[in-house]
Amino acid sequence: MKTGFRYKFAALFTAGLLLYVGIAILGRRVSAAPPTGASVTGTIKLDGTPPHERPIDMSKEPSCAKIHENNPVRTESVVVGPNGGLQNVVVYVSEGLSGNEPASTEVQSWDQKGCQYIPHVMGLDVNQHFKVVNSDQTSHNIHPQPKNNSEWNKSQPPGSQPFDMAWTNPEVAIPVKCNIHPWMHGYMVVVKGPYGVSDNNGDFKVSGLAPGNYTLTAWQETYGTQTQKVTVTVGKPATVNFTFKAK
Amino acid sequence: MAKLLAVTIIVIAIASAVPIVMHTWVAPVDISTHGPLIDQQMSETMAEAGISFLAAQLILAIFIWKFSGRSKDAKIERFPGGSMGLVLAAFLLVGTEVLALGAFGTKAWAKVYFTAPAADSMPIQVQAGQFAFYFRYPGPDGKFGPLHPDKIDEANQNFFGLDPANDPDSKDDIVTAEMAIPVNKEIHLLMHSKDLGHSFYVRELRVQQDFVPGLDLSLHFTANKIGKYEIVCTQLCGLGHYNMRAYLEVMSQSDFDSWLKQQAANQ
Repeated sequence: MKTGFRYKFAALFTAGLLLYVGIAILGRRVSAAPPTGASVTGTIKLDGTPPHERPIDMSKEPSCAKIHENNPVRTESVVVGPNGGLQNVVVYVSEGLSGNEPASTEVQSWDQKGCQYIPHVMGLDVNQHFKVVNSDQTSHNIHPQPKNNSEWNKSQPPGSQPFDMAWTNPEVAIPVKCNIHPWMHGYMVVVKGPYGVSDNNGDFKVSGLAPGNYTLTAWQETYGTQTQKVTVTVGKPATVNFTFKAK
Repeated sequence: MAKLLAVTIIVIAIASAVPIVMHTWVAPVDISTHGPLIDQQMSETMAEAGISFLAAQLILAIFIWKFSGRSKDAKIERFPGGSMGLVLAAFLLVGTEVLALGAFGTKAWAKVYFTAPAADSMPIQVQAGQFAFYFRYPGPDGKFGPLHPDKIDEANQNFFGLDPANDPDSKDDIVTAEMAIPVNKEIHLLMHSKDLGHSFYVRELRVQQDFVPGLDLSLHFTANKIGKYEIVCTQLCGLGHYNMRAYLEVMSQSDFDSWLKQQAANQ
């Protein structure tokens, strides 16, 4: 008699639990975020002559110098593509985020290759993971210098495993240097919400936005920031172009 | 047993002297005008220290051989004149030897440090910083522009902190990562450190000079053999110390001129 009651109780309890979980899941569905399929695209241009970018002499590190033997590397403070597009500009939403934007989950790669950082500028969502890779035949010591996040530096001998990191606070921008090779420099731009980084044509895309009004900020390592307001609707991506003036 | 020890000591002493007397390990090629003096000083020191070493080992072996068979009750002989005489004799002998080495060495030392560089020597500034050397040539005006440490910007290759926009003397300064020099031309090296202690060492040049933070040091030398040599840091300076080096290229005057022109175009 007592055993039967126990089974009944267990069955009822399980059914109740399932019902609760079901309602919870359905409830989540009901109160889910508004659609975030809208996006902003655009092109970044440079108005004027870019500054002279000096060639980098890597003779101290023969394994890297050899890679660039026929194609010397230059500094990358302003990189202009063949069509006049400005590369390495990070565009992000500085105002108007609803907080429901999907987090960027793609694990980015920060490669140390030929004694350069590839990419030179990397956009990141807060808490978005990135892998630090050493593809060189020499040791590197990566040293990001944040102000709003905790600072660290790590040595990576050749052939060592990539390691995984993330930044917990937004910060525009974190300079990254190599403690062994003084010429190695790059930036990590940590923002909340979606972002885009311009390519060699100056084109960028910020996706994952809900329809609404936003302020977009474009950041360039030498020229600083610019902002523009934009209204985003579902369907057709909104277009915003930025033009930086050469100093 | 003791006699065996005496023989072993002699064998070890002679065996360790053989490669040095036979010049089994030769010094790296010397490419400087002051190098022969340093090499001569090294071999004099080696000869003197070597002879003293062999003599000491021989005396030690003789004593072991001679007095090993003594009975426990044998009287201990005293050194003539007592211990005071012995100490004085040793003190005078070693003191004279060290002083003599120093006196003969002044030649080599003074040639680099106590004489001024020739008026027509070529100035090159070298800056050591974790973990690379950078060099600066004054350009056609022959003047180095002032340094502004706050303007150091490694991302843009401004390692020295130059401000060519405001300092006319800096406009034509040439900054390089490699040190090229013309052969048979006296070089006046002006050295400073950006951060902490480093050292400038080129073994073929017979030059080794520490960088001391806060001090402007200078030395001068003339290289007389064309070639490519390594400049290394020989003062432990941190995690990248093992990798802190640059290259010295001794070139003919015409090669040097075109090299410098090329470097100037890269600024």
